Amino acid sequence: MTETTAPAPTRRRAERGAATGLRRFVFHLLLTVSAMVMIYPLLWMLSASFKPLDEIFTDPGLIPNTWEWSNYSEGWNALPHPFETYIWNSMVIVAGSIVGNLVSCSMAAYAFARLRFPMRGMLFAVMLGTIMLPIHVVIIPQYILFNNLGWVDTFWPLIVPKLLATDAFFVFLMVQFIRGLPRELDEAASIDGCGYWGTYLRIIMPLCMPALATTAIFTFIWTWNDFYSQLIYLRDVDLQTVPLALRLFMDSTGTTNWGALFAMSIVALGPIFGFFLAGQRYLVRGIATTGIK
Amino acid sequence: MTDNDVAVVRPKQRSSGPPPETAAAPAPPAPRKGRGTIRTRERWAALSFMSPWIIGLLAITIGPMVASFYLSFTDYSLGYGEWVGGENYARMFDDPRLANAVKVTAVYTFVSVPLQLGAALLLAIVLDRGLRGMAFYRSVFYLPSLLGGSVAIAIMWRQIFGTEGLVNQLLGLFGIQGEGWVSHPDYALGTLIVLHVWTFGSPMIIFLAGLRQIPVMYYEAAKVDGAGPLRRFWSVTIPLLTPIIFFNLVLQIINSFQSFTQAFIISSGKGGPADSTMFLTLYLYDQGFTQFDMGYASAIAWLLLAIIAIFTALNFLMSKFWVFYGDND
Repeated sequence: MTETTAPAPTRRRAERGAATGLRRFVFHLLLTVSAMVMIYPLLWMLSASFKPLDEIFTDPGLIPNTWEWSNYSEGWNALPHPFETYIWNSMVIVAGSIVGNLVSCSMAAYAFARLRFPMRGMLFAVMLGTIMLPIHVVIIPQYILFNNLGWVDTFWPLIVPKLLATDAFFVFLMVQFIRGLPRELDEAASIDGCGYWGTYLRIIMPLCMPALATTAIFTFIWTWNDFYSQLIYLRDVDLQTVPLALRLFMDSTGTTNWGALFAMSIVALGPIFGFFLAGQRYLVRGIATTGIK
Repeated sequence: MTDNDVAVVRPKQRSSGPPPETAAAPAPPAPRKGRGTIRTRERWAALSFMSPWIIGLLAITIGPMVASFYLSFTDYSLGYGEWVGGENYARMFDDPRLANAVKVTAVYTFVSVPLQLGAALLLAIVLDRGLRGMAFYRSVFYLPSLLGGSVAIAIMWRQIFGTEGLVNQLLGLFGIQGEGWVSHPDYALGTLIVLHVWTFGSPMIIFLAGLRQIPVMYYEAAKVDGAGPLRRFWSVTIPLLTPIIFFNLVLQIINSFQSFTQAFIISSGKGGPADSTMFLTLYLYDQGFTQFDMGYASAIAWLLLAIIAIFTALNFLMSKFWVFYGDND
């Protein structure tokens, strides 16, 4: 070892090259195998949604032997309403929630990030605290409140809280983002005669697009997936949403007709997958920025 | 704006002039015409921007919290109720189903969170090596955590771990006769734990972001001092990552105490078989929205909050012993 001092660097590099080559191969192998394990159930469900019932119970493979397209039409019409009713109901709640969160959370975030007012620090701490507050602690009085307002079995209990910035997570996300914008822009705007609302609308909001996109995508996914509050507030058959419809389907006939149930599950997961593909950048950034700070 | 300021700034610092903005920043933008009025205008603006949030805080969060605490001392049930003092809390001690629910929730949390974070950390470290195709792997690992909370996935899980489900079909290839995992009281909770571990993607993303923040110079310094790869991992990566590990731990423990959907779907809303998947949240739902015993359900909600608060506080206390925040600044 000691006598080979001169060629050592090159040799070592060559050795390392081989070692990292092997190591890289092992890493790739491990990653591919674990990625396959992770994703296999999803792929299998997708394929099972095209399989006849007996095949679902016997074939763990990914390619159906017989393609059972009727699973989809059967599932679509298996419930009191055709499935598009539930999709529409979910969409209405999702749209209301997205608009609500974008407007109310960005307004609060602008105030927290840019304006000076009494008790700002304390209110900010309270806001952070509410992120962690379990919904279970407030759900019963909320239910009583909305029940007294006559809002149970309407979409209001699911949308109005979003208009009131109760998803504090997004307030925090946008505060972090706005704090990163140069203050000089605000000052320039103010000198050009922009008031606070003008600055908010014309300077901050356009620059906040990435944060707004993150908020919109997360709101979509969380609201589309939300089960708990929809279960509590929507009992009327006409108002059922996609998750509630799936649950209804499963508890009534689903366990005897897995193919159709899987078909509708795929329909339910489709939009999330779409948003995931389209907005992955924003999702990852959203998690990373709020996670680290 | 700049012309004047630059004129003022330049003579002071001749050589390498800093950008004029830094000098201008502390000064209020508008010329002084009644500083008080600007202050009050700003306050009013703040109030108007904050008003939706303030109304929400009072009406949707703090109000109901106070009401919930009050209700927990009544026997309220849709419409009427009377003050019963601490009866609901006393009742907890004679309620074996509640004790079981606490146990089930605790087992779920303290088994699944370490496994989930372990998987997240492991894969984050592997992915951080900047292999080719890393973005693809990251997406694949992240996807389940986006879908994991949905009813569709819970339905899928119910089939996969059913008697004739995918898992048993695969076990059958090796000649193993599997159980009906979701319908067996000993294994049903296990399937939920596996589901939780499956969603390790979002803590993994947070770990990845954390790894990227570790300055390369620390590794270089360690290398110069003769530290091998393992040593560098234990003495540089892990200590500098402990704040992120701590953050994920706090967040995931809080979240998993509140899990609801998966257990509800897998057990058809009953927390079965034999209450083996009866989370506290399911029991709360059962008491509050099926039996409409809202007083008792409110007491359960406060028990849940107390448990979460205690474990979060413990977490923070213990963090002193293992979380490294950098001691030189």
